[in-house]
Amino acid sequence: MPRVDCNAFVGAYPWRKVPGTSPEALLKALGRTKIDTAWVTHLPGLFWRDPTEGNAWLYETTRTEKRFKPVPIVHPALPQWEQVLADAANAGAPAVRCDPQYVGLDPAGGEMRALAAACGAARMPLMLAVRLEDGRQRHPNDRVNELPAAAVRALIRSDREVRLLVTHADRSVIEEVHFGSTPDEARRIWWDISWIWGPPEDHLALLLDTIGAERFVFGTGQPLRLPETSVAKLDLLDIKREAREAIESKNLQELMA
Amino acid sequence: MLIDVHAHFYHARTPRADWRERNDSRLTAGEKIGITAHVASILGSFGFSSPTYFPSPRDVTAGNDALLALQRAHPDRIRGYVCVNPNYTAHARAEIVRCLDAGMIGIKLAASRRADDPLLDPIAVLARERRVPVLQHIWQHRRHDWPGQEASDAVELCALARRHPEVAFILAHIGGGGDWQHSLHAVRDVANVYVDLSGSGVDGGMLEACIESVGVRRLLWGSDITMDTGWAKLRYLETVLSEQDAALVRWKNAARIFPPNAFPTD
Repeated sequence: MPRVDCNAFVGAYPWRKVPGTSPEALLKALGRTKIDTAWVTHLPGLFWRDPTEGNAWLYETTRTEKRFKPVPIVHPALPQWEQVLADAANAGAPAVRCDPQYVGLDPAGGEMRALAAACGAARMPLMLAVRLEDGRQRHPNDRVNELPAAAVRALIRSDREVRLLVTHADRSVIEEVHFGSTPDEARRIWWDISWIWGPPEDHLALLLDTIGAERFVFGTGQPLRLPETSVAKLDLLDIKREAREAIESKNLQELMA
Repeated sequence: MLIDVHAHFYHARTPRADWRERNDSRLTAGEKIGITAHVASILGSFGFSSPTYFPSPRDVTAGNDALLALQRAHPDRIRGYVCVNPNYTAHARAEIVRCLDAGMIGIKLAASRRADDPLLDPIAVLARERRVPVLQHIWQHRRHDWPGQEASDAVELCALARRHPEVAFILAHIGGGGDWQHSLHAVRDVANVYVDLSGSGVDGGMLEACIESVGVRRLLWGSDITMDTGWAKLRYLETVLSEQDAALVRWKNAARIFPPNAFPTD
């Protein structure tokens, strides 16, 4: 089964020097960690006033490299955002992302609810990150709040069709959202494993037991984070092959179905 | 050989009802990773009967006793740092002597007193006499006080290290939160400060910066409370370092600063 990284970036990070942000370097990292495909977002665009300005470059880059799938950014407070969503669908994007606080939006406000509804109608998964970096180490001017669990709960309740892919979440956020949602709501949320602790705390093993492997997908956050981490988490689990394959690939197919 | 220079275990008188499971999990994960020796500490009662970072003398002793028992139960795999609270100088010095005599191989200083405080000098003197390293809990670039601990940063550790140039100091968990670039700038020219790679942080570029700052001869592999991130950093390092340099980080640097015969194949 292929291994798909649903949480990768290309392009420079504004807050510190990060090596390996070029498409070529990402390809090298995929080879190093035996990842077949990466869903990639244009990292600088996350911080732009109009983040969608990075999407054209992203489409161009992913068209020339079949191991990349584009996850373009949608900003639901900008005019014509519906067209950006339509463009994503036409380009075969597996998901779109919006990190509301990076563009100054209320994470559970009207614009985000409208985006959630539109994504639900278009059968397009909506990706959001809880954080990109450890809050203890961020640049003094990097003051964006982390995505609160309450906002994830509000978004999943706001539309009966929307499917959310939440990245960089830790155990407490995942548990709060999952057990604070109805089973139907919880079935429409997928979590990447990049920020969930392995042994000896064994948060990932616990969550697979309490919530179920079907809710988790393989993501790394590279190149901001070493992609080896998510591979190591899986290697340290006592997990059936089917469950591992589900996390590494099959669950993403469910997300996109 | 692979030596984890930053491990922790729990015991019955901690708030963790799952303390046995966590200890077992560390050892099981260690087998998968290939860890030869877990060099561990127990911080008193971890908050059960005194604060984790300000442990009472009674809790310090109880924690060290629990670790000695683990070391006796797993003589092939577990080594101990004696944890002390420098605010209780006489107790701290006596505890160091007691636990090193019983087979521990290093000293753990958490966050009971700032690293550059004169109260740490008697402990450093004992470390030099007994030729053991000191693992100092560090907040990478502490910009303000954090509740529950009197955390030190690299600048303060370097002040202590400069006063005691014959003692090996280990700067704890470079990936453990805070601005690691600040720490790496601070320790660059302080030859007796070693960088422990543990912590949950797996930032792209951090390991390259560590190598650039202090070189491979001052890097020590460790995991702290996230062994997955520790293994990831090791895996990555082994793709960028030569086999000889990787061996330095895996175990040879540790074997050099801990007492002779501290590890099985010395």
